[in-house]
Amino acid sequence: MDQLELEIEGWRAFVEQSPAVDGRDVEELEDHLRDQIADLTEAGLTADEAFLIAVKRLGSIDEISREFARENSGRLWRQLTAPGASDLEQTGRWWRQALLFAIAAAVTFQIAFLAAGTPPGDSSWLVRNASLLVLPFLAGYFVARRRLSWNQVLVTAAPFVVAAVVINVYPFIDGGSTELLAASHLPVVLWFVVAYPYMNGVTRSHERRMDFVRFTGEWFIYYVLISLGGGVLVGLTLAVLEPAGVDPDQIAQWVLPWGSAGAVIVAAWLVETKQRVIENMAPVLTMVFTPLFALMLAGAAVVYAVTGLGGAFNRELLGVFDALLVVVLGLVLYGISARDPLQGPGWMDRIQLVAVVSALVLDLMVLGVMVARIGELGFTPNRTAALGLNILLFVSLVGTAWLSARFLAGQSTFNRLERWQTTYLPVFGVWAAAVVVVLPPLFSFS
Amino acid sequence: MDEELTAAPAAPVVLAVLSEGESYGYEILKRVRESSVGEYAWTDAMVYPLFHRLRRLGYVTTEWRTLPEGRRRNYYAITDHGRTVLARRQGLKVLAMDALGEMWRGTSWLLTAASRPGTP
Repeated sequence: MDQLELEIEGWRAFVEQSPAVDGRDVEELEDHLRDQIADLTEAGLTADEAFLIAVKRLGSIDEISREFARENSGRLWRQLTAPGASDLEQTGRWWRQALLFAIAAAVTFQIAFLAAGTPPGDSSWLVRNASLLVLPFLAGYFVARRRLSWNQVLVTAAPFVVAAVVINVYPFIDGGSTELLAASHLPVVLWFVVAYPYMNGVTRSHERRMDFVRFTGEWFIYYVLISLGGGVLVGLTLAVLEPAGVDPDQIAQWVLPWGSAGAVIVAAWLVETKQRVIENMAPVLTMVFTPLFALMLAGAAVVYAVTGLGGAFNRELLGVFDALLVVVLGLVLYGISARDPLQGPGWMDRIQLVAVVSALVLDLMVLGVMVARIGELGFTPNRTAALGLNILLFVSLVGTAWLSARFLAGQSTFNRLERWQTTYLPVFGVWAAAVVVVLPPLFSFS
Repeated sequence: MDEELTAAPAAPVVLAVLSEGESYGYEILKRVRESSVGEYAWTDAMVYPLFHRLRRLGYVTTEWRTLPEGRRRNYYAITDHGRTVLARRQGLKVLAMDALGEMWRGTSWLLTAASRPGTP
């Protein structure tokens, strides 16, 4: 019997190594193993034989952990990045591949930046095309990494071509609001296009969509970190070289463009490869910021409910509110993607509901003011785009609030909430595409 | 990513077993294997990720209990939601069987009608 205990102990230690199988799962599997052994010994086998057969029936550890990883996509990336001996070579190749795409994006953007002429930022051509100069390389990186078929490559490439044609052929009036709207919505559209190769062409899967949400959140974190590091580096360089008579503008012009373009791909590569590192950081960040945002939103909702929004409302404030609501939605979405769906309702879910409901109140006030203004002054491109975005946000927030309230009340599962988010997500992409493609002709490119 | 190796197709059987009362992994698996015709390609442990999935979808709940001899065991019970889903699925199956029966009756009537000479 002692020999058997030793063997079970060894088996257990082996299973525990798999990152996709957690402690509870191991305990359950061990319980199963012991039951099986008991049955087999009762049938006349020796303890040794029973152990071997029971282990065999459970299945190979690789299979088990792959299946667990597939079911809990939250654990999936851990599984994917758990380095086996043969993976190390693979990682090396991926690194070179990512570097290649990063350099291509950096060089392209730098050339475009210099070609657009100085002073930078003055050229509306560059502003309109900025995302088109960088994101195709990100899509290309995923195409190469996921080894997509030629059909899928065409599906990925087509939207970029259409976008390039639309954004450059439309006779925008220089500096007009439709041009600015198209320029600001195009990156969003193209980000949704990148989702296609990222998801391996399987766009209907809710799990894959959630993976892409997670990817987006983590990509953003990495990008901000790289930007901060880059900012410090550039600042120090300036401080060192300026006394020697080097023109700071020159450095800004030769470093910032390619740095910010290349970082897009490097950040994506980091998310894919170094998930273990970020995994510990991302839940902590949402944990810290969700309550803070909830507090801030609740405060703002109370203040504006008392003072009313009408007086203080202007275009800048509308922009601030829209940005705030988008950030809140992003935070909620990311919080949902980082959460363990098997856990019951907790205090974080309650805080999130507070944030969502406060955002809902604010959005309702913004919508009220906007509808009044449109009734008074008529539609403009800016008002139309803002109204559309706010309606979309409102519907999304209502669904989120309703489903998370039901989840907290124990009447619904967390899965419903996840599904609502992933089902609704493409609507934002479609709306952004409409703002780029449909809105400018409607308002005669003003 | 071999679909054949997952236990997912066994989900309705698992729910059917649980609809007769709560149970634990080993016992459920034994009943699933008994009540199903044909061979399974998947191994025993594959049923546990399936349980995770059923939990995530809200079809079953779990509870850890300590057995008299000190071991801990995870018990599964079907939820109302799980029962509804199961009933709907079984209803569909009955409907499909009915439809097949109708079709068969229709075909045999046609065949007998056709084999009778002289009738238009």
